[in-house]
Amino acid sequence: MFAIYKKELKNYFINMTGYIFIGFMLAITGIFTTLINLISTYPSFENVLSNITIVFLLIVPILTMRSVAEERHSKTDQLLYSLPVSVTQVVLAKYLAMFTVFLIPVGIISLYPLILSIFGTVYLGTAYGALLGFTLLGASLIAVGMFMSSLTESQVIAAVTSFGVIFAMYLMSAIASLIPAGAMASLVAFAIVVLIFAGVVYSLTKNSTVAGITAAAGAFILAGIYFINSSIFDGLFANVLNWLSVFDRFSTFTTGLFDLTSVVYYVSLIVLFVFATVQSVEKRRWS
Amino acid sequence: MIEVKNLTKRYGDNLAVNDLSFTVEKGKIYGFLGPNGAGKSTTMNIITGCLAATSGTVVINGHDIFEDPVEAKKCIGYLPEQPPLYMDMTPREYLTFVAQAKGIERTDREYQINYAMEKTQIMGVQNRLIKNLSKGYKQRVGIAQAMLGSPEIIILDEPTVGLDPIQIIEIRDLIRSLAEDHTVILSSHILTEVAAVCNYVMIIAHGRLIASDTIENLSTYLVGSNILHMTVKGDVNRIRMAINTLANHAKTITYEENPEEHSAEIYNIDIETDRSADLRELAFNTFVEEHCVILKMVTEAIGLEDVFLKLTTEDDEEYAIAQEEAAIEARENAFAADKLDDDDDDDEDEDDTDDADDEDAEDDDDDDDDGEYKPMFS
Repeated sequence: MFAIYKKELKNYFINMTGYIFIGFMLAITGIFTTLINLISTYPSFENVLSNITIVFLLIVPILTMRSVAEERHSKTDQLLYSLPVSVTQVVLAKYLAMFTVFLIPVGIISLYPLILSIFGTVYLGTAYGALLGFTLLGASLIAVGMFMSSLTESQVIAAVTSFGVIFAMYLMSAIASLIPAGAMASLVAFAIVVLIFAGVVYSLTKNSTVAGITAAAGAFILAGIYFINSSIFDGLFANVLNWLSVFDRFSTFTTGLFDLTSVVYYVSLIVLFVFATVQSVEKRRWS
Repeated sequence: MIEVKNLTKRYGDNLAVNDLSFTVEKGKIYGFLGPNGAGKSTTMNIITGCLAATSGTVVINGHDIFEDPVEAKKCIGYLPEQPPLYMDMTPREYLTFVAQAKGIERTDREYQINYAMEKTQIMGVQNRLIKNLSKGYKQRVGIAQAMLGSPEIIILDEPTVGLDPIQIIEIRDLIRSLAEDHTVILSSHILTEVAAVCNYVMIIAHGRLIASDTIENLSTYLVGSNILHMTVKGDVNRIRMAINTLANHAKTITYEENPEEHSAEIYNIDIETDRSADLRELAFNTFVEEHCVILKMVTEAIGLEDVFLKLTTEDDEEYAIAQEEAAIEARENAFAADKLDDDDDDDEDEDDTDDADDEDAEDDDDDDDDGEYKPMFS
């Protein structure tokens, strides 16, 4: 496993990906630090971090797009399968390599508050709390991007889908605010989700009965809950969307709060997507 | 060493490997032979753990590839059809990576890498990027990768595809030298290749094992004939006399005037005999008595090519029916669990693996109902 980790890490610096990732992130952070902390003489560093989360939209796909898709494309995944290493170890090694690349600019950025504190009072506690949140946010998005990369053979498709998903996450709270708060509206929204889910089940299993049962069961449960107590649905869909909004979780950190539930949230998100990647890679062996 | 039992792989409705069973013993070179799409690569991918089987078991040195993959994979070095190389690395970097990933001890690593590079003759290109190497060298790097960790079994999927004739000969020599320390399994759709390199052939068509034996046995038992090609110079009548004498000892004799030679009285004669009979001496004496001159005399066993074509095309005719039967059977017992158990019991009676192989071949033969192929059963 360590060998694969080393190979992956080295690979990011043989081709330009690692340098582009690090350079881009440092450039954006530098610009915002200059604008906010230096020119506007605003003492809180967490403000910079809250402004630069948008950079993830671009750089996470760059980092993750090749991780699994390229192995599959060049058929080197067969080597990894035939090595005495489990798929979980392979995926973990890849994830940790990407995380390590991400930690390099984060490590450099972590010096900024110290440098700034030479010139004035910087709240180091909140700054580093926010930086931890920032790291967790990035780590979760990398897991999402890796999962997207495992679904396809093409790096371009991997990059575009990762961008799409991360973009949707970025806009999630805005989307949530568009949804009417009424119970009926939530019910309709959930019904659509159930239908989409049934469609996914059908496309995976090619079995119309299973998909039909899924849709029927979903509809039955929704209708049942609605008739028993329709007030549960009041604004529920918007709440669910808000709960899924990965970027929003970070904003609590930038207000100077250290939110343990958010830490747990991010860690579970990472575990979930790494697990999903393992399953997606395993599935290929079975198809 | 490798025991494959009732291996089946289904892609949707397509049966890629159909109830394949065989065993592989130590120290031989095995050849998987079959036309394109016969299921060779699928079988190899399953044995090496790159692909999961629909049903059946693969046991490698006592480790089941599905239950205990890590231990099983340690016994195997695998070169897939397309060498799995990282183009941005040099051969040395690549081999170092594979050696580390295979968990070779640090002290042993350098030695093993150098040994593999020496054996595959890639020392000279060890510091060039793999993407700049020729196809032949890429193939060698792939084989070197399979050798690392000195696995007992090396599996090579179509190792000479896309190489030029000289490279093919070099790779064949390399495979033969690998067999000194390892058991080698290779696949090919080219018969001469298998005949040139392997001791033992398994012919696969449509995912089924239709013959499995040594090369000599296969051609002997399938056809059982020798052909004596002769070019004789002499008077037509005298040649006819001689042929009449020989006819008592031969199955068929054909003769014709040699179209290539311009001078008259030169004839090509083909005498087909039983495998056991050797007519050369008799033919010589007979023609001498008739004052004819033998210009050329060559004995030829009926080629493996004929055997291969015969087996695979015969199988084609049966294939449509078999496919339908399989589909019906699959529908009837979706899990086939009961059937697998039954088959296992049958196989356990066979202590000698050689016998088991022949048993398999026999079974397949029975399916075909052609009644011609009876290897090793006398």
